[in-house]
Amino acid sequence: MPSTSTAPAPAGSTSAVSRPADAPCAVEFASVGRSFPSERGASRTVLRDVSISVKPGEVVAILGTSGCGKSTLLRIAGGLDAASAGRVLIDGSPVTDFDSRTAVGFQEPRLLPWRSVTENVALGLPRGTSKADGAARVARLIDLVGLGDFAGHRPREISGGMAQRASLARALARNPGVLLLDEPFGALDALTRLKMQDLLLDVHAAAPTTVLLVTHDVDEALQLADRIILLGRQDGVDGSTIAQEIVVPGTRPRDRGSAELAELRARLLDGLGIDRHGQARGIESTTAIPHFPY
Amino acid sequence: MSPNDNLTTSEQVRQASAAGLPVAVEPRPEVAARSRAADKAADKAVGRAAAGRRPLTRRTWFVIVGGAILPVIALVVWQLVTTLELVPVSQLPSPAMVWEAAVDLVQRGQLGQFTAISTQRVLIGFSIGAILGLLFGAIVGLSRLGDILLAPSLGAIRAVPSLAWVPLLIIWLKYGEESKITLIAIGAFFPVYTTVSAALRHVDRQLVEAGRAFGLNGARLFTTVQLPAVLPSVVSGLRLALAQAWLFLVAAELLGASMGLGFLLSDSQNNGRLDRIFLAIVLLALLGKLTDSLVGLFERWVNKRWS
Repeated sequence: MPSTSTAPAPAGSTSAVSRPADAPCAVEFASVGRSFPSERGASRTVLRDVSISVKPGEVVAILGTSGCGKSTLLRIAGGLDAASAGRVLIDGSPVTDFDSRTAVGFQEPRLLPWRSVTENVALGLPRGTSKADGAARVARLIDLVGLGDFAGHRPREISGGMAQRASLARALARNPGVLLLDEPFGALDALTRLKMQDLLLDVHAAAPTTVLLVTHDVDEALQLADRIILLGRQDGVDGSTIAQEIVVPGTRPRDRGSAELAELRARLLDGLGIDRHGQARGIESTTAIPHFPY
Repeated sequence: MSPNDNLTTSEQVRQASAAGLPVAVEPRPEVAARSRAADKAADKAVGRAAAGRRPLTRRTWFVIVGGAILPVIALVVWQLVTTLELVPVSQLPSPAMVWEAAVDLVQRGQLGQFTAISTQRVLIGFSIGAILGLLFGAIVGLSRLGDILLAPSLGAIRAVPSLAWVPLLIIWLKYGEESKITLIAIGAFFPVYTTVSAALRHVDRQLVEAGRAFGLNGARLFTTVQLPAVLPSVVSGLRLALAQAWLFLVAAELLGASMGLGFLLSDSQNNGRLDRIFLAIVLLALLGKLTDSLVGLFERWVNKRWS
């Protein structure tokens, strides 16, 4: 796939039209907070004072326990929800409602059941794409996610993993400056999830867009991200904020079993409130498991 | 993937792990789906092969014959009752007399005319009512403000019995076509309005949000996401509306008309022509069933295409 990502986005560009094709956008969260009104006039704070600066083309994973507000943060970045404090800037200009510079991969495939895979992917094309260009782009994306043989199928005729891939292709069809993924592989079985992660790495290598990935899976974050933001609550204060920030070493694709990642995994799990069982009991981190052949 | 897709794989795993062997299973969604498609094809083939042993209630001829059993029995009983003179023919004309009445009216050129004018009124009134029902259903179903402003009033109007409109419509619109078509339109409006507004309120929010996230709004969002999602409900609303249109047609024609099947009924009542009354009832039943079947075919196509 041709890439023009070396050209930086012009400063102050506000619309998708003036943005060169395939150019990744920078995202700036400035003291973002979100509280929801609850019963009896009180309000419930979900996020407070989240400041993240994402470079163009960077892959940032947002990690946290369920209900910590990580999806809310992503929705604010896509203009699906509005911050109640602070603001989000994409390439220096505020996020608009359903911002056209972003594309969302939802937790569920959310495909239109009466349309074929091709027609669903085409829904993601930016407005004003010519028919021929659009068809070629859709066909290329469907091949990229490995659904070439199923282009004419309806969503109910394909498996959950395939539907999720179609959904990813639809988000990519929008040629987004920022790709927002909300636990996109969360509902898939463990093995399909690993394949999807590799697919996402391939996609990112082919067209290096900025990616914000929300997940509760530590390994997924370590495998995919340049940087991991761990959201968490402090004792006695409402609302999650940044609890840890980790720059993941090495280049992708990473060895899922490396010792370096294992240490980071343990730290992140610790931040998520999961005990490091071995160390807590003073057990040394050596293994007695024999290697094959026995 | 549904758990069924991996049935054979998980079975192998269980056997292998029971045998104490290490097992590596690679997920192959394409293969799973392909084998599922193959299963489906196999099911179809089995279905064809076993066509001779298909249950009776699934065979076309039985469906047609089964539906005709009751009407035929009714006709035979009717004929018997009249031949045996259990009821005087002044109270219950024989099937033959009704047939003769039909032939007589055809020769006078009235039957075709009456049927045509009634069908025309139903179609025009139904079209107007259905279009308005779609429009108001869309406004109330899509817009919170529309719901607040319109829904209570429309609910109150719906509660007015059909016949209550007749005197008012006759004074306002006289005995012409307008008053009848208006009444039929009122009858057709409410089933469409009710089903469309309710269905639009229940369109999957996640799909609508996805549509918005991909740049759809206003009319494009409606035609791309909301309308297709409610189409099956719309068609069942149209089917109810058509039945309602025939009901309101007779109400309109009974109370003031010089042509049509409803007029045939009231005119025959005044002249004591029971044969013609029976004829009109049978014709209404046949026409109603015929138009309903046409919409039913359309409904089947829509359900196949849009869900």
